[in-house]
Amino acid sequence: MDLLIVVQLLDSMLRLSAPLLFACLAGLYSERAGIFDIGLEGKMLASAFFSAAFAASTGSVWIGMCAGLTASVLLALVHGVASITFRGNQLISGVAINFLASGLTALVGQNWFKLGGRTPSLAGDARFLPVELPFASAVADVPVLGPIYSELLSGHTVLVYVGLLAVPATWWILFRTRFGLRLRAVGENPEAVDTGGISVARLRYQATLICGLLCGLGGAYLATGMAAGFIKDMTAGKGFMALAALIFAKWRPGYALYACLLFGLLEAIAIRYQSIEIQGVGTVPVQFMQALPYILTIIILAGFVGKAIPPRAGGEPYVKEL
Amino acid sequence: MNKVPKWVDVALIPLANLVLALLVSGLVVLWIGENPLKAMQIIVQGSLGSAYGLGYTLYYATNFVFTGLAVAVAFQARMFNIGGEGQALLGGVGVALVCLFINWPHWLLALPVAIAFGALFGAGWALIPAYLQARRGSHIVITTIMFNFIASALMVYLLVNQLKPAGQMSPESGPFVPGAHLPTAHEMLAWIGIGFPKSPPVNVTFIVALIACVLVWLLIWRTKLGYAIRAFGHNESAAQYAGISSFRIIMISMLISGGLAGLMAINSVMGEAERLLINSVQGAGFVGIAVALMGRSHPLGVLLAAILFGVLYQGGAELEFELPAVTREMIIVIQGLVILFTGALENMVRIPVENYFVRRGTGAR
Repeated sequence: MDLLIVVQLLDSMLRLSAPLLFACLAGLYSERAGIFDIGLEGKMLASAFFSAAFAASTGSVWIGMCAGLTASVLLALVHGVASITFRGNQLISGVAINFLASGLTALVGQNWFKLGGRTPSLAGDARFLPVELPFASAVADVPVLGPIYSELLSGHTVLVYVGLLAVPATWWILFRTRFGLRLRAVGENPEAVDTGGISVARLRYQATLICGLLCGLGGAYLATGMAAGFIKDMTAGKGFMALAALIFAKWRPGYALYACLLFGLLEAIAIRYQSIEIQGVGTVPVQFMQALPYILTIIILAGFVGKAIPPRAGGEPYVKEL
Repeated sequence: MNKVPKWVDVALIPLANLVLALLVSGLVVLWIGENPLKAMQIIVQGSLGSAYGLGYTLYYATNFVFTGLAVAVAFQARMFNIGGEGQALLGGVGVALVCLFINWPHWLLALPVAIAFGALFGAGWALIPAYLQARRGSHIVITTIMFNFIASALMVYLLVNQLKPAGQMSPESGPFVPGAHLPTAHEMLAWIGIGFPKSPPVNVTFIVALIACVLVWLLIWRTKLGYAIRAFGHNESAAQYAGISSFRIIMISMLISGGLAGLMAINSVMGEAERLLINSVQGAGFVGIAVALMGRSHPLGVLLAAILFGVLYQGGAELEFELPAVTREMIIVIQGLVILFTGALENMVRIPVENYFVRRGTGAR
């Protein structure tokens, strides 16, 4: 394997892990506040559809993104109402949201565009275009570092960089601000937060809304950055893979980045090579590479390699004492 | 403590939730510019208005009975088995192995073996998540979701690399042996001289599904094990103090659940497709969640809810012909709304209704 192939693989790794990263951080806020969210997939899908639909009809990717964020946040609100206000089962609510998003996007998509659930292909300003980092073309010929800078780091859409920056930002918010401390506390011991005179419901709604926004960014990136338009069920399990990454990362922002990059790399390898020969082992089928993130997550969950312990109050509706 | 009348709990609240879900679905239909009442009429007419439609409705309902029972049994032990999809896929592999490589002389011999293998493979796919939950505390919802994805990757691998006949393009197995053909309603009703259309795929598995409902009812409400499962589901620590092993209950309830999901393949793989397709489940594993919630995890409720979803699936297919604006995906929306209102937003209806009846109860005395 020469340098160019490695750089290309890492380049597509970055591209593929960005939507995972958004959804994973989204889940991080929500689950750290004690709200399980298996509806990441649905929120991303809704955002992908509405951002592509509005980008297609207005020609502006920014208007599209706002529409996508709105859709995702609305679904997050449904989840919040069900699991915070009505103390419903958070897992069931997530399942419902996934179905709603999958059904509505295809139904409305066919109704608006008559393209079998797709949106028209996006071009020009209706898409996020690659951003060239400064001096990228100038240093392209420098050995080793040149291609790494100009091929690997430069030339992604702005949302990829936003996603990467969201990791330290999340770390800072969660571990260096008062809001973050409270958010984590509400996921571990809501009674204590309540005793301190801080509203549990309010904090959990805030976390749910942040989750909606981040899922929305992930969906917008999928449909208007990575691809040029929406296709039916285009998230294809990415929300669940993000959930896997979240467990893999043990609910920590830094590890979340590594987990998403790892899963992105596995996907990049699976796309590039149909089967991989490993000496002494034989041929590894491509399906194994596709299943590997899930298998790794099971192993982590099983606790054989560093046990993943979720936030203690996760999944439990909080009932205020009278 | 004042209790609400039983009919409120088992009939009024689920019905109110269903009505809410249908009302919101109606708004969605209005939003895309069609008449919801007309859509409703087409659904009912298309699914129940003819023997042909009824045949399809009952075929879908058979699938949903199995996946619904699977979720329901797990719910009784307060386990949320979201992996019905993967377990049913693997059940299909078990059924296919029986029907591909053994030259059966008669379906009556093939059926019990296929049932055993379908259940065995389905339960096998639930084994690891069950064990991890019981021994290591790994959350069953997450592990079963992961196993769904692993199952679909495994399915592609099996069909593309192993079971696909040489020279065939599409990733599916060869046809099953003729002796494994299950009689359809058309053939069975012909034995007693009743005419029934030939094309609907409803088959003898429907009767198997009814038997499964009875057996699950007996198990949960008439055996010691069923009592233990319910006790565990109501209060885990109380059950433990009563000497009920949580390891045993989690394992058994999840294995039964997986086995029931695997049985769906008898209907869809052996009964309808008569070969193993790449996606023989088509979301029925997830419909099982809605069915179990609607049916309040009771076999009779599951049967009724499964027929309701059979109506929606068959009627939804007709809907697409009659009102092109309303595509098949409308059914997914309705399904999502049913899960939302009967499952997640249950308290929204339950608390005011219960308060009303409790207040009326105390006022009368």
